[in-house]
Amino acid sequence: MEKKNRKKNAYVTLARVYAIILFVFIYAPVVLMIAFSFNDSRANVVWSGFTLKYYAKLFHDSGIWKVFGITVFVAVISTILGVFVGTTGAVGLTNAKFKGKKLITNSIYFPIVIPEIVLAVSLLLTFKIPGIAMSLVTVIIGNTTLILPYIYITVKARLVGMDPSVEEASLDLGADRVYTFLHITLPAIMPGVVSGAFMGFSLVLDDLIVTSFLANAETTTLPMKVYSMIKKGISPEINALTTIIFAVCAVGLLVYLLKWALDVYKEKKAKANALL
Amino acid sequence: MKKSRKETTFKARLSSFLMCAPITIWSVLFILLPVAMLVVMSFMTKGPLGRVVYSFTLENYTEILKPVYAEVVKQSLVIAVWTTALTVLLGYPLAAFIANVKKKTSGVLTVLLMLPLWVSGLVILYSFVVLLNTSGTINTILMNLHLIKEPLELLYNNFAVVVGMIYMFLPFAVLPMYSSIEKLDKGLIEASKDLGAGPVVTFFKVTLPLTSPGIFAAVILTFIPCIGYYMVTDMLGGGTSMMVGNLIYRQFTIARNWPFGAALSVILAVIILLMVLIYTKLGGDLDDLGA
Repeated sequence: MEKKNRKKNAYVTLARVYAIILFVFIYAPVVLMIAFSFNDSRANVVWSGFTLKYYAKLFHDSGIWKVFGITVFVAVISTILGVFVGTTGAVGLTNAKFKGKKLITNSIYFPIVIPEIVLAVSLLLTFKIPGIAMSLVTVIIGNTTLILPYIYITVKARLVGMDPSVEEASLDLGADRVYTFLHITLPAIMPGVVSGAFMGFSLVLDDLIVTSFLANAETTTLPMKVYSMIKKGISPEINALTTIIFAVCAVGLLVYLLKWALDVYKEKKAKANALL
Repeated sequence: MKKSRKETTFKARLSSFLMCAPITIWSVLFILLPVAMLVVMSFMTKGPLGRVVYSFTLENYTEILKPVYAEVVKQSLVIAVWTTALTVLLGYPLAAFIANVKKKTSGVLTVLLMLPLWVSGLVILYSFVVLLNTSGTINTILMNLHLIKEPLELLYNNFAVVVGMIYMFLPFAVLPMYSSIEKLDKGLIEASKDLGAGPVVTFFKVTLPLTSPGIFAAVILTFIPCIGYYMVTDMLGGGTSMMVGNLIYRQFTIARNWPFGAALSVILAVIILLMVLIYTKLGGDLDDLGA
């Protein structure tokens, strides 16, 4: 028995070491990126001393902030549009019956199952052939199309787990459809809407392919700016900006972890009190 | 009574229509129409100065068979297959690890896994240029440890491209494998062990077949974007490696040959759709690819 336990413990240790190695692989580039935002040398190859000058520069660089603003604007509007179209669609298409429904439901998966560049060039042709000029609007349409399936899928997953008799009860008790949707259906699918929206938002923030095909010179986003720099090297200001974004996310995660630790602590205390 | 009933069915129909309208209009205008445009464009003729002559031809498709382009397709497939195989092989044990820790811990680990890509995959990917350079971090460390005398050529080759691709797709591959391992009924593994099967036999006869939908979802989620991600090849391949994605990108930018670019896109889409078809025929769920 003891031998078996020891063997099991060895497996657990091995699994842990493996997981740590992979997380090192995932975080080494992140650490390097953060380090070079504080590096005195502009050429990101050698360490030549600590500096905060790129952060100072970043705050005075109106060009980067304009690009950042456009990026966030595109992400917010695309996510709102995607949530509206995807949520109503997931709810509506579950019960609806009409000719061609299968074609529509299948086509919603297209942006996931075809490579992004194929979607990008298809949309490019659709706008360019009738002579529609590229603008913020085309960028937003492209990004909304890109994230639509993710929102549709996560909302649909919540709907599948929902008891339809609750909606029926609400309707039978005299509530109208709008009220039922807002007070019964929407709260039930909300976790799906939120996780779909979050996923969509982060996809748009980092999107290069669809955006660069549908953008014009005035609608440069952060990933496009980064991509334009890769031949000469990414400027430390971009590293500084990414570090700030990363720090905000990390703080969010930390707050969540602390809340969790607090909950665990409270639970333990409550259990101890109950025993007394 | 009769009247009110009629009214409700009318209202029900109206509300159903209003709910379906946005997504139906959206997918017709921005998914189905663009795909149709792409297919039509792939049969058009290339005109002078990047113009398109609207007359039918099969030339764009026969062009792909030329050795230069066949070579690009072959190289794309080699890189995509390597990336996919390594990503799934590396990711599976990690997925198993995340599935076997406490529920809350696994939630935190998944967030940690995705965090770098949520923040900015592209900027962080550029770190690999610094890491793999001949005067970069890895070579400096190895030289200082006197493990190597000459710096290794780690950057601007297919090796660097595959490493970068694995970095970009590992988290997306781990997630579906994690959820399929988590759903696995632990009783079956116990039963297999009780019946005398060793861990290796149990893994290959029970765990692996039951988690295969997750593995296949991971394969698709890696393979599809891999071929189209021209920026990884651009950044880490340094012009030496070229994938179908890069070739398409060129047709719509420098080369200005839309019909040929469209034909390449159609071929790429057809290959991927065939894979997806096999996936669904094997019992895979398309919804697993998005969540």
